[in-house]
Amino acid sequence: MGNVVQRQTRGALRFQLFRKMAGLELLSDQGYRLDGRKATELRKFQARMGVFAQADGSAYLEQGNTKALAVVYGPHEVRGSRSRIRHDQAVINCQYSMATFSTAERKRRPHGDRKSTEMSLHLKQTFEAAVMTQLYPRSQIDIYVKILQSDGGNYSVCVNAATLAVIDAGIPMRDYVCACTVGFVDETPLADLCYAEEGGGVSSLALALLPRGGQIALLQMDARLHQDHLEALIEAAMTACKGVSKVLDQVVRQHLQEASVPSAE
Amino acid sequence: MKDTPLSNCERDFLLKAIEEKKRLDGRQTYDYRKMKITFGTDYGCCFVDLGKTRVMAQVSGELVAPKENRPNEGIMFFNIELSPMASPAFEQGRQSELSVKLNRQLERCLRNSKCIDTESLCVVSGEKVWQIRVDVHMLNHDGNLMDAASIAAITALCHFKRPDVGIQGDEVTVYSPEERDPIPLSIYHMPISVSFSFFQQGTYLLVDPCEREERVMDGLLMIAMNKHREICSIQSSGGIMLLKEQVMRCSKIASVKVSEITELISKALENDKRARKAGGRCGFAESMPQERITALKTDETSVEMTDASERANDIVENAEVPPQTVPSPVVPAPGVGQVGQGLQNTWGLEEEEEDGDEEEEEQKMEEEQDEKEDSREGDVVEISDSEEEEVVILHPETQDKSSKNAASSSNQKGGKTSKQREKK
Repeated sequence: MGNVVQRQTRGALRFQLFRKMAGLELLSDQGYRLDGRKATELRKFQARMGVFAQADGSAYLEQGNTKALAVVYGPHEVRGSRSRIRHDQAVINCQYSMATFSTAERKRRPHGDRKSTEMSLHLKQTFEAAVMTQLYPRSQIDIYVKILQSDGGNYSVCVNAATLAVIDAGIPMRDYVCACTVGFVDETPLADLCYAEEGGGVSSLALALLPRGGQIALLQMDARLHQDHLEALIEAAMTACKGVSKVLDQVVRQHLQEASVPSAE
Repeated sequence: MKDTPLSNCERDFLLKAIEEKKRLDGRQTYDYRKMKITFGTDYGCCFVDLGKTRVMAQVSGELVAPKENRPNEGIMFFNIELSPMASPAFEQGRQSELSVKLNRQLERCLRNSKCIDTESLCVVSGEKVWQIRVDVHMLNHDGNLMDAASIAAITALCHFKRPDVGIQGDEVTVYSPEERDPIPLSIYHMPISVSFSFFQQGTYLLVDPCEREERVMDGLLMIAMNKHREICSIQSSGGIMLLKEQVMRCSKIASVKVSEITELISKALENDKRARKAGGRCGFAESMPQERITALKTDETSVEMTDASERANDIVENAEVPPQTVPSPVVPAPGVGQVGQGLQNTWGLEEEEEDGDEEEEEQKMEEEQDEKEDSREGDVVEISDSEEEEVVILHPETQDKSSKNAASSSNQKGGKTSKQREKK
């Protein structure tokens, strides 16, 4: 037991040393992060809704350097096996894929490996909780998301992009689903992690929130974190998600204004 | 084959029971099922029984070339196999959603939490490292596969010993266990997953759901922790809405459960170590006589007995006084004896039997009548026979008559002829 603790502290020391050596100081003494943000600051959002004419709803979202494209088809008749039909609600079908050029190393399989299957599953869960599926019994809603450039927070950017696309498709949701990834470094929660921070051995937590009711649609955490810090981290993630929801709301309102102006003329 | 769906009746019953804080097997809300950890004869083979859920984990190691981006780290590989043996709902050879979910969760629980020192698995940097493979097989599915799998995997990793290697120049020698003692893996901490299932939109919470409960639940929250109260992974699944307070409460429960389970695992490991050192029976040999490995053992079900005696008393007190029975036989009418309550018989069966008797009697009567009729028929037949005979006879008689007539006529003719002759 004592041996284990000693090993752990030694491991932690070695890791800190490694980080210093590699020049990766995730949070400077002045409280700035690698890309010059403050701890609770989000990355820059750039979004467009209705990017494709063919789809029922589509959106493009840039969150810092992570870029995602989301497309929604439906609600339509259930395709494929008829056994999937739910008599009381719509089936949500999600596919997550990463472009082969999205990462530093070229990806061999854009989708279908374990990680992306899992991601598809998580997206599906998130939207099953948020979309009012009971309004469309015996039908199906397809959500396709593609990462064009990956720079951390893939899951959260996908959720945010898909939310915009679902709104563009006019499918009713309980609330905006906003997702954010937060990390924990030197006793400080960092909001909206970028790739360097995610890879730097930070314990990261991804959270999808329906901000109005404070309900968590999905919660996922990797790496080690002491139980006592959990509350602070979830709190930080929820605050960040509320920030994201404000931005999304702004985007949607702006889009509606743009869309309604030509018809008024 | 698809799983047979749960009937509405059963679903309502389960949900109602959960509302009343009762569970099918008599557990409390936060109780785990009975857990049993056994080991195989080999190092790194472990069986975990969680109630009726049974899981086997086997760890194996081989020397391979390391990954390019991590030249001096060993490789960990996890695989959960859902064979159709465990449940008819599992299909062979297909990556189902459940299988992906379990595999990823196990990976996240054990690899991402860095519980194993992968650097110590390096033999020659950039050329040869140990690849540790953990295969988890589901043998019987009775819910909460994730917890059982995580316990089996980490226990098997703790139990596993890899062969020692020696390096002379460029040559790498792997020594057999007879030549040099095998070396255990260096494990920093033991992450253990604890599952919480939510019912009725998160109103009710259960720990360690069994298969039936898993079918009616709305969603699942899996928290992996170690005994130092460090959270190694959290994963929510199913379309539920959680509140922050619920997550915090679950994490507190998880920390208690994990410390209990860790203690159990270390005790099991210690027992096995002692048994091996003493040269006694260990592994399969130990588990053989009790369970025969493949046979399903039956545990006595723990039934909730907290208020049983009170309830029994209540029932006895509230019960109606049984009506007085007459012990002696009664003779209501001459030739009829009766034993019992002397009431009208309300047993439909006996009435039917009586009916049957009557019917039989009727049948007898009918038969008798039939016999009589038969006999009458016989008479009739005789009569008819006689009539027929008469009829039959009639014709000859007529014939006779005609012949007689003919004869008479002939006689007459003869008479005539005779007369004619006489006339002649």
